[in-house]
Amino acid sequence: MIKYAIRRTLYMILVFFIITLMCFVLIRMLPLPALPPDDIHTEVIQLRREALGYNKPYLEQFAIFLRGVFTKFDWGLSEQLYTGRPVLEIFLEKLPPTMIVNLYSILWTIPVGIGLGILAALMKNTWVDYTISTLTMVVISVPSFVYAFLVQYIFCFRLRWFPLIMKGGTDWFSPAMFKSMIPAVMALSFGVIAGFCRTTRAELTEVLTSEFMLLARTKGLTKTQATIRHALRNCFVVIVPGIFGEFIGILGGSLIIEKIFSIPGVGGLTLAAINSQDYNVFIMSTCFYTAIGLVASLVVDISYGFIDPRIRMGSKK
Amino acid sequence: MEYEKIPAEEFRFVQENEIIRDKELQTKSRSFFADALVRFSKNKSSVIATWILAFLLVYALVAPLISPYNIRDLDTIYINYPPFVRKVADLGLGILDGATSLDSQSENAMLAWRAIAEETGMDPLIRVLGTHETETKNKGQTVYRTTYDIEVNSYYRKGIIYKTFSYSEFENIQQWQNENGIQVIYPYVDTKDINGITGRPNIWYQVDKKGNPVLDDNGEFIPVYCTNASKAGAEYNSLRIPSDPGNYIYSYGKSGSVQCRVLYYNYYRYVNGMEPSYLMGTNALGQDIFCGIGVGARFSIIFAILVSSINLTIGAVYGAIQGYYGGAIDMALDRISDILSGVPFMVVTTLFQLHLAKKVGIVPSFLFAFVLTGWIGMAALTRKQFYRFKGQEFVMAARTLGASDRRLMFKHIFPNAIGTIITSCALIIPGVISSETSMTYLGIVDLSSFAGTTIGTLLSQGNAVVTSAPHAILYPSIFLGLLMICFNLFGNGLRDAFNPSTRGVDD
Repeated sequence: MIKYAIRRTLYMILVFFIITLMCFVLIRMLPLPALPPDDIHTEVIQLRREALGYNKPYLEQFAIFLRGVFTKFDWGLSEQLYTGRPVLEIFLEKLPPTMIVNLYSILWTIPVGIGLGILAALMKNTWVDYTISTLTMVVISVPSFVYAFLVQYIFCFRLRWFPLIMKGGTDWFSPAMFKSMIPAVMALSFGVIAGFCRTTRAELTEVLTSEFMLLARTKGLTKTQATIRHALRNCFVVIVPGIFGEFIGILGGSLIIEKIFSIPGVGGLTLAAINSQDYNVFIMSTCFYTAIGLVASLVVDISYGFIDPRIRMGSKK
Repeated sequence: MEYEKIPAEEFRFVQENEIIRDKELQTKSRSFFADALVRFSKNKSSVIATWILAFLLVYALVAPLISPYNIRDLDTIYINYPPFVRKVADLGLGILDGATSLDSQSENAMLAWRAIAEETGMDPLIRVLGTHETETKNKGQTVYRTTYDIEVNSYYRKGIIYKTFSYSEFENIQQWQNENGIQVIYPYVDTKDINGITGRPNIWYQVDKKGNPVLDDNGEFIPVYCTNASKAGAEYNSLRIPSDPGNYIYSYGKSGSVQCRVLYYNYYRYVNGMEPSYLMGTNALGQDIFCGIGVGARFSIIFAILVSSINLTIGAVYGAIQGYYGGAIDMALDRISDILSGVPFMVVTTLFQLHLAKKVGIVPSFLFAFVLTGWIGMAALTRKQFYRFKGQEFVMAARTLGASDRRLMFKHIFPNAIGTIITSCALIIPGVISSETSMTYLGIVDLSSFAGTTIGTLLSQGNAVVTSAPHAILYPSIFLGLLMICFNLFGNGLRDAFNPSTRGVDD
């Protein structure tokens, strides 16, 4: 199992490097935007470009880039957005809001989503199940900006419970900040709740009809006991890796929700970098999003093996 | 050996004169697709979804045709205006009346609305929702103020604007007025007569320094139209307002042109040849949203179908090769799809836009971005199906008969997998529409020059004015939401119909 995990990790790192190389070359191939002529940072940026080997072959540039990243955590300077500031510094500044909003959303979506899923599975083919399943279907189908709009219009504008957009400042854990984050958290949560609910319901329905459940009942367990001890445990084999994946995914956040609620996060930074052609920032976000996607799928894969000893991955099929 | 040459007369029929007791088959045989269709039509929610979907598709095709507007018709004044159709508005049903709610309007504001109604004959005030009495202390005195919550017609509320015309344009408007009997140009008011207030073209009455109306003893407005003929910019031989004694001037001379007070509603009729009728209001560019949704949806759907069919083909061939040959080829191809699927879609789209948009155009580069990673899911699905079928007896039989690899893949195995593949195609289309909408919403791809507008663009324009003009995002949202739900229900129904074994199991 551990051998498998190590092999998967190494493979993931290799894939990550190939993707980074591809994106890096493609980004460096773009014509550089002109720098403002009379800005004090222009000269610094010019010198930096020289040092980073902008006129050398792309592979050499990539080597210089990697050396900078690994030895000095140097991701280059922002050229357009925050002229002359190191990209990493800007990036770390933008990470907290994205993470906090997503953390809040994940904290309450897991219990609610799984709870609703269990409820629907246990009351299968009753009106409760139909209501939950229909709502789940609707929420999963509708893109997030539609219910972001509904949240914003109903709760923020009509009822005036929350501010329309997120509060500025860096006091991430103050009550006012929490209140201003609620609409974004809500808009982010619907989809995740629906996703968890659907997976849980599908898994639990299947487990409940399996033969070992009948055996558990036959040996004298009540329905509740059998469900908690046998059915839930088995359906968590599928759900828990999903939760892990979701936890990694919170780093990435949602570009759309961040735009709608003006969250000063990574998504907004990426969009701004694209629009103002700040390529150093864009390389950093590309690496970031790629890494998150890869790590999430890796964690899901590996956690399957650790949670369920029956699944022996990496062994011969 | 002795059987090799049997003379023909030795043969005879076994049952020549006997009664056959087998019953002939009474029922008709049903093909796989007919069977699936029967199962599909038993699924009520999918059938309803299919009808709604059909309606939405018809809407997308027909709306741009039946809308009186073109997507290139932009209006500079009617921006983010609510839905309005004159004929329905006149019925007073509370729908399509261009209503905007205004809170806490003072007495003076109410007078200003009345003044517009009196001058133009179009009453902006639709209804009073509520009145509030407030008591304020001002310099030791208690002052009672009444404020009103009202709904006003946004189109009438605009009233009169200043507009500068060339002499010939001015002539044309006069001629149009004479032909149609509709007053576009209203008598000029000199800013000197209204305490030098500028930027409020709706004032035609005597005002105090703050611009509040000064009424006469009967509570009527006192007109202050300009009568100084020397200020007139050009000769005016057209309709005059009923209260005009004949000496009001209708234009104000500017160098080489004339400035007029123009009733925008009627000016709009002069320019467009019709009254404004926006079934779903206008957006931030002054486009008709009813038409915009149709234009955007038409693009999205055609684009999604195109993308899905390309991805389906690539994915099917790729997956077929992977699944059929297996082993090292499978491994190598799997690594390629692993790498491609690791690149975030947003990054792919951006890079393709930056690199290719200038060379091959925005839409093709957007299409390439979808094609680059979109086929991977399809390939995985086909590969799985091929692994399932390639070891089965019918494949072996065909191989024994000498069928080539290609024939085995596409004539024998592929038709068995086609049900799964078709149904997943129905679920790919909404996915493509959703990603396309997100990308245009975020502004990473701007398709307005090609398609006129897209649902994503409409949503993003609407989102900027969510508080002042909720209709601008409401209608695109409803449309997109319905489209997605119906496509998914339709796709789920298809999947259940084609693979009855997986009924009710999502994913």
